[in-house]
Amino acid sequence: MNCQECGKRPATLHLTKIVNGEKTENHLCEHCAQEKGHFVQGFGNFSINNLLSGLLNFDPMSKNAAQGAMGNPSTATKPMRCETCGMTYAQFSKSGRFGCSDCYEHFGSKLDPLFRRIHGNTNHVGKVPERTGGQIKIRKELEQLKSTLQQYIATEEFEKAAEMRDRIRALEQKIAQSQ
Amino acid sequence: MSLQRFMQYPWSNWMKGEGPDADIVISTRLRIARNLRQHPFPLLATDSQAEEVVNKVAEVATSDAMQKVGSFEQVKMEQLSPLEKRVLVEKHLISPNLAEESRKGAVLLSEDESVSIMVNEEDHIRIQVFLPGFQLSEAWEAGSRIDDIFEKNLNYAFNENRGYLTSCPTNVGTGIRASVMLHLPALVMTQQINRILQAINQVGLVVRGLYGEGSEAVGNLFQLSNQVTLGMSESDIISNLYSVANQIIQQEREARRYLSEHSRTALEDRICRSYGTLLYARTVESKEAAQRLSDVRLGIDLGIIDNVTSFTLNELLVSTQPGYLQQAAGQKLTAEQRDERRARLIREKLSAK
Ligand SMILES: [Zn+2]
Ligand SMILES: [Zn+2]
Repeated sequence: MNCQECGKRPATLHLTKIVNGEKTENHLCEHCAQEKGHFVQGFGNFSINNLLSGLLNFDPMSKNAAQGAMGNPSTATKPMRCETCGMTYAQFSKSGRFGCSDCYEHFGSKLDPLFRRIHGNTNHVGKVPERTGGQIKIRKELEQLKSTLQQYIATEEFEKAAEMRDRIRALEQKIAQSQ
Repeated sequence: MSLQRFMQYPWSNWMKGEGPDADIVISTRLRIARNLRQHPFPLLATDSQAEEVVNKVAEVATSDAMQKVGSFEQVKMEQLSPLEKRVLVEKHLISPNLAEESRKGAVLLSEDESVSIMVNEEDHIRIQVFLPGFQLSEAWEAGSRIDDIFEKNLNYAFNENRGYLTSCPTNVGTGIRASVMLHLPALVMTQQINRILQAINQVGLVVRGLYGEGSEAVGNLFQLSNQVTLGMSESDIISNLYSVANQIIQQEREARRYLSEHSRTALEDRICRSYGTLLYARTVESKEAAQRLSDVRLGIDLGIIDNVTSFTLNELLVSTQPGYLQQAAGQKLTAEQRDERRARLIREKLSAK
């Protein structure tokens, strides 16, 4: 196979990208790959950027929003924008990158379908920062304990349920004290 | 000067060729993405904002608490020549993105190169831990410890619902990307690999080639990593990856056993031909080198070749890359010159005793 860029030299670099089962292939000679900025066996041009903006443009929410905006001049004049960094949702859709951490706040629940498509989820359940998230940590732990409590009740393991209830009380006191 | 050392020696901690399941899992990598609350993400940061982030991170990295983890050397991208950057990319110490695209990008490297902290890549901070063999939990623990130290001193962008906030929506939540580099020659030879790769994509994991984001697996090396970062805890992400990798390891072992039993002669022939070629070749392209080195690696694992170590092979993975070859030569080389140098280097390394 010859290089798809110059068509002259044999293609020695075969770049394959698989995202969500979608495969893209590129066949380049070493020379053209270097020209195109592929360091070793290919980067850069095959960035997740392009794929992501594809995902975002496919967002049914933003399509609806665009149609709504066209039919309704009052919303058309006010694009959704992050007040902190100034990035609009349209810009975000195009670049696939947020401008600052407040974008998450400003774009709000509009991001849910996107997160659901990428991660299958919309809410974080992992590590919570010790210092900035002490309160959050306790509240999350509380949620966890409450759901465990429900499970024990459902399976009639009352001794364990009582133990959970005590731990929940202790945590609730801790929150009350620190407020 | 230690930057010189990072450049000159292809050796990194992850190449040891030791660690659990090192016959199949060459290395484990874990990356944690973090951002500062009060700064725009690197994409929108001004030069002075970006510089401020570099200084803040460097301050923590050289603090007493971090000294207990290791001693770090800061390297700024603007100090490096394109070739030097390329060497760091080939050693996996920095990403192509940091080398090419970043403004005021920097990296903090630990002495044994098992930790690299990138600053102003796509996110403000990217902590990377590299370990030899199959050591996912160990890598997470090491990374998380460094993360804790940073968090004590910096205001992280964190949101109760979305978790750690990242520049790209694909990293939000835990911000972690865990990956293992697998050598799967027998699954490729027995043509089972495509079936396995398809299955992997359906369980929230992704497979890439060895170098970076979008390349085909060269030399039968596959990088398996998690894709989901939101809605799963770090330990679930890691145990999910662990169990899938473990299944692949078992299948690779099975396939190796099958080949040893049913096509022993053909297998030995292939391995020894590759070994012979590398011992005598005068010029070799990178793709052929990768394929032949894969055969030799399999030969070592099966006890067919016994006078080469997997450390040597891991070292060659890096030192036969174009950037490294040119760095070692001290000059720019044409593709033909590189092929020649590559062949010579491999000859020397394989026949050294
Ligand atoms: Zn070409
Ligand atoms: Zn913003």
